[in-house]
Amino acid sequence: MKRLKLDWLILPLFGLAVILAAWAISSATWASNLPSPLKTWESSRDYVLQPFAKRGEMDQGILRFTWYSLVLVAQGYALAVLVGTPIGFLLGLSRTFARTFDPLIQILRPVSPLAWLPLGLVLFLNTGKEAGTYGALFTIAICSMWPTVLNTAVGVRAVPQDYLNVGRVLKLSRWKMLTRILIPATLPYMFTGFRLSLGIAWLVIVAAEMLTGRPGVGGFLWQEYNSLIYEHIILSIIVIGLVGFVLDRLMSLLESRFKTA
Amino acid sequence: MAFLELRNVSKGYGGPPVLENINLTLERGEFVAIVGYSGSGKTTLLSLIAGLQRPDTGTVRLNDLEVTAPGPDRGVVFQNYSLLPWLTVYENIALAVEEAFPNHSPAARRQHVEKYIALVNLSPARDKLPRQLSGGMRQRVSVARALALDPQILLLDEPLSALDALTRATLQDEIERIWSTDQKTVVLITNDVDEALLLADRIIPLTTGPGAALGEPVSVGLARPRDRKALNHDPEFKRLRALVTSQLLGYGARRRCTVRTKLTLPDILPEDLDAPRTNRRRPLRPHEIKREEITVST
Repeated sequence: MKRLKLDWLILPLFGLAVILAAWAISSATWASNLPSPLKTWESSRDYVLQPFAKRGEMDQGILRFTWYSLVLVAQGYALAVLVGTPIGFLLGLSRTFARTFDPLIQILRPVSPLAWLPLGLVLFLNTGKEAGTYGALFTIAICSMWPTVLNTAVGVRAVPQDYLNVGRVLKLSRWKMLTRILIPATLPYMFTGFRLSLGIAWLVIVAAEMLTGRPGVGGFLWQEYNSLIYEHIILSIIVIGLVGFVLDRLMSLLESRFKTA
Repeated sequence: MAFLELRNVSKGYGGPPVLENINLTLERGEFVAIVGYSGSGKTTLLSLIAGLQRPDTGTVRLNDLEVTAPGPDRGVVFQNYSLLPWLTVYENIALAVEEAFPNHSPAARRQHVEKYIALVNLSPARDKLPRQLSGGMRQRVSVARALALDPQILLLDEPLSALDALTRATLQDEIERIWSTDQKTVVLITNDVDEALLLADRIIPLTTGPGAALGEPVSVGLARPRDRKALNHDPEFKRLRALVTSQLLGYGARRRCTVRTKLTLPDILPEDLDAPRTNRRRPLRPHEIKREEITVST
């Protein structure tokens, strides 16, 4: 089949049109509570066209909400990377450490963010008003840590013996072995882990904000559901998706820069 | 007293020993080539000398000190170059120099690195990453890194086996030039008899593993510098090559096995997919498959 010149543009637009049509038909027929695309746009216009407006605590421009969420994600994610990477190195380097903690990690890894959040809130209960923030941070950090931990561990174990032999012949100190050979050789794996972790951190933020009622894109979504403004649920979903997509693209750009031959 | 001495060295990896009862002595400044089939334990032997592995029994002594761990006094050129891909040519060598000469000033170290890059004619490529270099250039970096340690002994593990014939010849000349100027002790592992004859003072064939041992050493009395083209017509060269080759072939014959087995193959015709649907044969039931016996000899 002959390929169209603009199929990279036309085909996604076509896909979008199909989904919009399905949405419009659904809202017109069986899902009468689902706002139509047009209604959604009309109701969302203020939030999109004045993205940084602040009309009230829970009535702000959509990018302002997104910004709150991103700040919290950045903090939780940074924590996850800072804690997860060393744990990954220990798992990869020490057989004893791996034997001790690997089963535990495998058990904690599949636990849902919704399960961690109450524990986070309890942990930071004595911080009073800030408990929600710390609880959310804790949840983001602990949920998004695992891909970093596991990928780093796999990367460390996959460092070619040749590189280690070079280090041994040169009698590198432990510190130099780590900084000059192990870390550079593991970087590609680490960045794959970082990328997956960021994706999870962004997934978790929505859940965390819903439960804590913090201002943010997830909190907004939940509030508008309770206020019966269903158009804004769809707006939030679109924004969450777009932001997640952009974050993933950015990380994969970063990742490809660290690919070694 | 011998410079390098291996006494009754054996080494295995769980199963039957790869090397058995290896005895080898080297004098200072000697160029020895160890020739053998692939898989005969050549790399294991070199790892033992380098200290990357410990022998199961026996001892390896260098300068009358037992080898227990690798160290910069033994420069190793690995078979697959083993350059760190995230460091440039300069940085790869500088890492080695930093470790070998911690007391030098940074300026002296820099000069030392530049000297060895120049020695292997890579000065124009000093800031390139290994992946930007050809195989031959990578191998030269690897040689420069080993030499820059100023080791007492240079261990070359099939350094040229991955290269094309022309690059190989150039690098052989380079190794010979470096050896003759520095007079380092060199152990060259190779599977190329001509290469061994061109470079070495002594050739030691390795019998085939498992349980490989060193065969009868062959001294190479050819005058240096050896000219590749002239050597081809040199009767002594021809005699030595025949000698080493026949030794190796002898080991090979011992390894060659004679197997006579009967294989039972199911006698099935491939289904005819072009045949019209109705006439197609029903697939055979297991008990309907006839068996055919074939005798295979190797």
